[in-house]
Amino acid sequence: MITLDGLTKHYGDFTAVDGIDLEVPPGLIFGLLGPNGAGKTTTLRMIAGILEPDGGSVEIGGHDIVGDPRAARSLLGFVPDRPFVYEKLTGAELLRFTAGLYGLGGPEVEKRIDELLELWDLAPWRDQLIESYSHGMRQKIIISSALIHHPKVLVVDEPMVGLDPRSARLLKDLLRSYADTGGTAMISTHTLELAEVLCDRLAVIDRGRIVAEGTLDDLRRTAATDAVGLEEVFLRITRGATDDEIGRVVGA
Amino acid sequence: MSSASGVAREVGVLLRPKLLAVRRRRGSRGRLGRALVLLAVGAAAWPFIYITLVRLLTALRGVEEIGPLLAARLLGLALLLFLGILLLSNLIASLSSFFLARDLPAIRSSPVDWLSVYAARLFETVVSSSWMVVLILIPMVAAYARVYGGGPGFAAIVLASVVPFLLIPAAVGSALTLLLVQVFPARRSRDILAVTGVAAAALLVLVLRALRPERLVNPETYRNLVDFLAVLRGPASPWLPSGWGADAMMGSLLGSLDPFHLVLLWSTAAATFVIGAALHYRLYPRCFTKAQEGNENLMRRHFGWRWLEALLAPFGVQRRELILKDVRMFFRDTTQWSQLIILAVLVVVYVYNMQVLPLATGTGISRYLVTLVVFLNLALTGFVLAAIAARFVFPMPSLEGRTLWLLLSAPVDAGTLLGAKFLIGLVPLTGMALALALATGWILGVPAGLFGLNLLAIVGLGAALTAQALAWGVLYPQFESENAAQIPTSLGGMLFMLGAVVTLGFVTLAQVWPLRGFLLSGLPGREARPPLPEELAFAAGLTLLVCVAGTVIPYRLAVRRWEDIGRWSTDA
Repeated sequence: MITLDGLTKHYGDFTAVDGIDLEVPPGLIFGLLGPNGAGKTTTLRMIAGILEPDGGSVEIGGHDIVGDPRAARSLLGFVPDRPFVYEKLTGAELLRFTAGLYGLGGPEVEKRIDELLELWDLAPWRDQLIESYSHGMRQKIIISSALIHHPKVLVVDEPMVGLDPRSARLLKDLLRSYADTGGTAMISTHTLELAEVLCDRLAVIDRGRIVAEGTLDDLRRTAATDAVGLEEVFLRITRGATDDEIGRVVGA
Repeated sequence: MSSASGVAREVGVLLRPKLLAVRRRRGSRGRLGRALVLLAVGAAAWPFIYITLVRLLTALRGVEEIGPLLAARLLGLALLLFLGILLLSNLIASLSSFFLARDLPAIRSSPVDWLSVYAARLFETVVSSSWMVVLILIPMVAAYARVYGGGPGFAAIVLASVVPFLLIPAAVGSALTLLLVQVFPARRSRDILAVTGVAAAALLVLVLRALRPERLVNPETYRNLVDFLAVLRGPASPWLPSGWGADAMMGSLLGSLDPFHLVLLWSTAAATFVIGAALHYRLYPRCFTKAQEGNENLMRRHFGWRWLEALLAPFGVQRRELILKDVRMFFRDTTQWSQLIILAVLVVVYVYNMQVLPLATGTGISRYLVTLVVFLNLALTGFVLAAIAARFVFPMPSLEGRTLWLLLSAPVDAGTLLGAKFLIGLVPLTGMALALALATGWILGVPAGLFGLNLLAIVGLGAALTAQALAWGVLYPQFESENAAQIPTSLGGMLFMLGAVVTLGFVTLAQVWPLRGFLLSGLPGREARPPLPEELAFAAGLTLLVCVAGTVIPYRLAVRRWEDIGRWSTDA
């Protein structure tokens, strides 16, 4: 469903994404892990069609995101890492606007808006300006806007930021159910516990390159470790700080 | 409380990030544009203020006995006006620096003395709200120094008067803001102050126009002016800092300086600072907490958007939602829609100016004057259009900065997005221009053929200037800017204005031929005739050509540039 072929992006002299190849089939949740500045957000933004690659290609459901952007984007729902939205619109208006961007309108959209607002406990806030929403409420309304048009592919950058435990659980269940019914979700997260329980496959990206990819067992093999948890595997792959380094900082 | 040196050190620490930000932004593209705009305005305004005042003061000086008195009254009036402006702008600026600035949570959670926070924020408020008044004061006091022979001593007195004069309204303004936030949440207070500020500015424009300042350029009316000023011989605000400042400065110039005025200024500044600090100590923690409350946000569903939705139905769902979104955001942002107040006042003043033009009808000269005014009217209306497009249309692409992710990840092509923005700009802009042209054409009694040509040029200019504002907005976006009012002062905004003036020049020149024929026909020995159809047709064709090219080329450039946004924008 998502195919990356030699995907590359430079910012001046800095190579943010360096020739990534990846194939994500339909009906699964794919997790993109990596340290800060590894290139996760840039990769997701290229998949969502926001940034244009300097090299390589992105295909969504067989449509090239640069060559056939309309068709590719019609299949997509995107949730960014920072919940910036139109502050002077109400929650319901934002959802109606987003549906309009996908060419949808009328009673079906109104019904869908009601469903989504009810699901996230936002119904009492539907006619309030988004500028009065909390961080978590903004995250919820953005997730709702990504789902308004029943996308085939969901690209989510840091999904749990700002969500309370109940909403976080709801999102997990929603993503699982979404994948089980044929949807493809690609998520980037620093919450390794979430990735471990939710993702069917994982890729670890470091300095713009994929350094490990597969199931958790595949990652253990790559890291040459018997560690049970993803955290140990991840730190081994990405060379986390040593006890000595931590001791020096805390001691100082 | 920390010691005085501790407070001074902490104030330095608190102000340092602002100074560094100013220094680092100096080289950026937006800053360069703003600096150039300021330089251009300054280059035009300073000599104008200086020369006008020197001329006026010289004339007043010639009036025996009451000359210096009138000059002092004039200075007092100007300072009184500045005091009002300063108070209002300090009210608005202190709302931002004391309650809405993004670094406040970090500062509030740090172990910095409350007095240091108050002093640093007050300093920021003074700088951000007073710089423009200081810029206007410079040529003013220079003119007084020139006419009354002021030297370095006068400069020292000016400095000693202006510093407390700026500090007093800042301390009073920030204290009033503190009290206002006690009653309303900070964002609501900002909205109230924004509308009050714009309405006050609009009122000021109307009052200044009603005074008919054009009479100042006519020496014959000086007698009347002197009479007018002489009427104001009542108390010259003896209880206000403006009166003390004016008395101190004029006293220095006339050799009768009373130090008591300076003592009054400095002691009042110190007193307002102390009272402001005490209020800050007592109320600020509670007010800051209250300021974090949201806006009044319950939207009334029966507002009437339905009729607009129905009206926009033929444009399709995508365009309709894009247009609705922009219109809603505009009318819900007080800082945006309140600009319409001042716009309406400018239109009224413009039409009023046309009405009071001394065009004696029925004389030979009036024919030439009216035709010349028709010609100028087109240029002036075009310039008004350009200024409005710069204010409202040029920022449109930039205002999408933080929400680009939503537009770019959806299947919306550049043509649809920019087409919607073009329509949003075109309809009100052309509508207003047509209303202006119809009103002024009717007042001036323009011949039918020329009137039609004028209307065609106005509609064409509306389209061309909208497209060009949009194109420059896409070519030079300010995605990081959060203040729509600042965006037009960037380099892109200035380039748009230059391009608009060139377009305006071409369209105005296209009207020359029929106007020329019409004028020449009135010469002695020739039969007066209206412009010939072929002259009008040629001018209309040329106008259409310029306007269509001036619309289509920039619009296409904008679409092409936006299609590539994922490649060039670091904000995407």
